[in-house]
Amino acid sequence: MGRVFTFKISLFLFFPFWILNGYATTIVVSPVNQQKVISNAFQQLKDGDTLIVKSGVYQEGAILLNKGLTIIGEGLPVIDGENKYENLLVEHDNVRIKGVVFKNSGSSSFTDIAALKIKNSKNIVVENCRFENNFFGIHTINSSNVSYLNNELISGMTKGKPSSNGIHCWKSKHLTLKNNTIKGHRDGIYFEFVTQSLIENNHSVGNKRYGLHFMFSHDNLYKKNEFRSNGAGVAVMYSKRVHMVNNLFAENWGNAAYGVLLKEIDDSKIENNVFHENTIAILSDGANRIQIFNNQFLKNGWALKVQASCSDVELNQNNFIGNTFDLATNGNLVMKSMDRNYWDKYEGYDLNKDGIGDVPYRPITFYSLIIERNPGTLMLFRSFFVKLMDKAESVFPSLTPENLKDTAPVMKKIKHLTNDSVFSNK
Amino acid sequence: MKKVVKYVAFDILRNKIVIAYMVFLFLFSMGLFIIEEVPEKSLLSLLTLNLILIPLISIMFSTIYIYNSSEFIELLAAQPIQRKSLWLSFFIGLASALSLAFFIGCGIPVLLFSANSVGIIMIITGWILSVIFVSVSMFISVYIKDKTKGIGVSLLTWLYFTLLFDGVVLFVLFQLLEYPLEKLIIGLSVMNPIDLVRIISLLNMDVSALMGATSAIFKQSFAGNMGSLFSFGVLILWMILPLYLSVRKFDKKDL
Repeated sequence: MGRVFTFKISLFLFFPFWILNGYATTIVVSPVNQQKVISNAFQQLKDGDTLIVKSGVYQEGAILLNKGLTIIGEGLPVIDGENKYENLLVEHDNVRIKGVVFKNSGSSSFTDIAALKIKNSKNIVVENCRFENNFFGIHTINSSNVSYLNNELISGMTKGKPSSNGIHCWKSKHLTLKNNTIKGHRDGIYFEFVTQSLIENNHSVGNKRYGLHFMFSHDNLYKKNEFRSNGAGVAVMYSKRVHMVNNLFAENWGNAAYGVLLKEIDDSKIENNVFHENTIAILSDGANRIQIFNNQFLKNGWALKVQASCSDVELNQNNFIGNTFDLATNGNLVMKSMDRNYWDKYEGYDLNKDGIGDVPYRPITFYSLIIERNPGTLMLFRSFFVKLMDKAESVFPSLTPENLKDTAPVMKKIKHLTNDSVFSNK
Repeated sequence: MKKVVKYVAFDILRNKIVIAYMVFLFLFSMGLFIIEEVPEKSLLSLLTLNLILIPLISIMFSTIYIYNSSEFIELLAAQPIQRKSLWLSFFIGLASALSLAFFIGCGIPVLLFSANSVGIIMIITGWILSVIFVSVSMFISVYIKDKTKGIGVSLLTWLYFTLLFDGVVLFVLFQLLEYPLEKLIIGLSVMNPIDLVRIISLLNMDVSALMGATSAIFKQSFAGNMGSLFSFGVLILWMILPLYLSVRKFDKKDL
């Protein structure tokens, strides 16, 4: 089978013009061939044809593709934007691009110049491509059924050249983003008006602003992604029915850096995620009906900051280990439920040995209230005075909200269902 | 002077309270390191203990010791020894004995289990705290003649530095909430050696990296090359200033 296949390929390679009209044509572009220019090849091909691009550097300014072609790069050919142009604009359905390197797109403050722009199209696949030193990496406008698989986007190496978002999607639906790596862009993944999409196993690391940033993007599933060391962590806003499972949010440090910032998010689930060493693991503002279930909060400054503008938050079966503060709020927060979490600071007992502590745990301490109102009181962090006040407050709660308590804290760490591969990516 | 230092130091090291202090510190720190797997966590607990215990023992023990040896001091003052060197040799004897007790009790376990920069900072700051509070106690005992009153004042001083001062800080910070507080916070931290040592230690323990803008201010002022120079300069000032004042007073004091 394999031999027949390679035989066919070699036929295509050596006798490309033998194939008659009505069959799919294949053209090979190569710097040493007669056919050297990609945009010329585009004119000769029609829908359903294949273009094979051989290894080399192609500097053709802005290329427009308005046919449903399959473009296969062999030996990582480079489409170079010479820091001036938009490398490739796709404006047609049924395009597949594989194994191409997009480099040095132009940059602008007025227009969104991208290395690869997909506009008004359906059924697009971009896989195994590399994007280096671009302004926008991939820009998607008003398209659907688009898949980005196994791509690598790196930017921000050139000093003075601005970088914008890695994978930027606007007004699109049914997108699939899988196994992509995005580094050094402004936002790693940016969605605006993107719905019903799957974002799985991507690594958004070291981006200048957010690892993931979306607005008005409903019904999306985020699974097994890694968001690490981004300037401001992850911010998600104004969206409904967001589902985040098995993600890793780590090392987002800084005054305004969050593991996840939930701003006006409704009816969403945050399950089985790991939050590791963030300044604030989850900051929730104006969020309604959020289920935070079975997550790991490890070594964060604040595990949760839930503002009083949130309602019906459910916080169940999470592990809180080694956080400076487990929970902080700015007013009379009411949770829908807060049960069966494991808190490493819990000091209660379990007389009937059912694994559930007999006295409730109050995650809000005197000091967490104080520092919320007056950040300068950090000066008293871990002082004897603060410890004394925390103790006094936990025995006779007067300042801390009476009803904010875990009535059934578990005594042992909860087994976590996280995907180990997320952690092994360190 | 050497002889007096030697005499005082050995006299103190034989003292049961100092031995108990040393043994307690040693057992407690060993216990902490053995129970807890992560040495950083044990260091945090040890820091809390040190910040309470070292000042208490140093100030109380030195005050009581000086009052108890007031007759001995009078006797020595009758000898051909300069008053200044007499007083300084008492200080050096006390400080070296208590430092040694601290080093054996706490320093050895720390070096055994966590001999990194954090551990070493911990030992250095612990030693500095011992010396500072010996120096403060010298200041108190030279100014107050009555033994009971003197001991009471040192106890209050300890309470002030460990607890009351932080309460005042909290009050002030909330009164001035509307104003930019950066410089005030730095100023307040410098006013209390215990707070300063705590902040320096926490900055080195890296938990501080989590805590936003105020920690950035602390880092700027107390960490890094210039910051360390500044913070340790302040601590050394805390050692020298009370001692200097007490020497001046002792020089002219009617015994």
